[in-house]
Amino acid sequence: MARIIGGIGTTHVPSIGKAIAEKKQNDPYWKPFFSGFNAVHKWLAHEQPDVAVVFSNDHGLNFFLDKLPTFAVGAANEYRNEDEGWGIPVSKTAKGDAALSWHLIEGLVNDGFDITMCQEMLVDHAVTIPLNLLWPRGDWPAIVPVTINTVQHPLPSIARCLELGRAVGRAIMSYQEDVKVLMVGTGGLSHQLDGTRAGFINKDFDTLCMDQLSGDPEVLTRYTIPTLVELAGAQGVEFLNWMAMRGALTGTVSELHRNYHIPISNTAAATLLLENRPRAQRKAA
Amino acid sequence: MRHHIEGTTLFDGEQAQKGYALNRMCFSFNSAENRAAFLKDDDAYCAKYGLTQEQRAAVKSRNVLALIEAGGNVYYLAKLAGIFGLNVQDIGAQQTGMSVDAFKQKLVAAGS
Repeated sequence: MARIIGGIGTTHVPSIGKAIAEKKQNDPYWKPFFSGFNAVHKWLAHEQPDVAVVFSNDHGLNFFLDKLPTFAVGAANEYRNEDEGWGIPVSKTAKGDAALSWHLIEGLVNDGFDITMCQEMLVDHAVTIPLNLLWPRGDWPAIVPVTINTVQHPLPSIARCLELGRAVGRAIMSYQEDVKVLMVGTGGLSHQLDGTRAGFINKDFDTLCMDQLSGDPEVLTRYTIPTLVELAGAQGVEFLNWMAMRGALTGTVSELHRNYHIPISNTAAATLLLENRPRAQRKAA
Repeated sequence: MRHHIEGTTLFDGEQAQKGYALNRMCFSFNSAENRAAFLKDDDAYCAKYGLTQEQRAAVKSRNVLALIEAGGNVYYLAKLAGIFGLNVQDIGAQQTGMSVDAFKQKLVAAGS
């Protein structure tokens, strides 16, 4: 049976891709951010996940505004990255797990999530940067990308994204193969790139979100999307990806590690590691 | 009905319709060949994508607030800004009327 070992939330700011390519991890500007991954690397080396389900938003690589799904699930055996037009190096290709993708798709649609299924999907920096951050040596597990629209309003609500995650969690738990699955939510935390409020960052709100995420994520569903924009910034709505990641952790969840640093580019950069202990399996072990 | 947030334009159906041609052009900048074609003759390139007068003027001025007013979405505008060698601190500074250094300092200050 498949097991969900935990979840990781991480920022995906494009300039991180450049910093990695230029090996700037130990520069004074970057060190407080990159050093926040040491504990995560240790945990991953110990846990050895086989598959990562990555919740993220596309920024105009795979999807354009002509046809923009609210939720889309990749169903391919490989996911390429391409030129995104803003000068970050093109990343290597990620392996997929089409069998798990289709199981997930069946589960989601049965559960009332009428997602878009993608047998071909390019993945942008929102997927490749987190993979590079989590597995800097390039030994990435297979991925199942789940794309959430955080670009064109109306966006799905926080509650809906939490429910999406829960449905993903239920589907994974019913998968017969013996695979260890990690959930990853990317983007955020607070930031705003556009308008006269550009540069907006909200440390208090980010802290509240991270504090609530392990124990009581339901509390966060009281924020509407416009309120989330107001509190987290126009692009801080990427927190929806973190909500879905958290929703998929269906067992006993505890926070193992957190790093929070302002700023990376225009963003409050955050890394959060959550452990998921499936209760029944824990007792049996 | 619309929730007003100071200094913020939600990219909603209204903006998406208004900015469609502009965003579609910016989407094409994922290709290096297209970026080169734009640099070679921006008027012809804008015409090919059917930009409105307002959008063409905004592209010419490189004014991000005007590009947003014309329906541009910031993720797509970032691809255009990249052609001009502007990063998100540069466009942040431009939109807030600050120097780039002052804008960076404001970001650092948000962490203290």
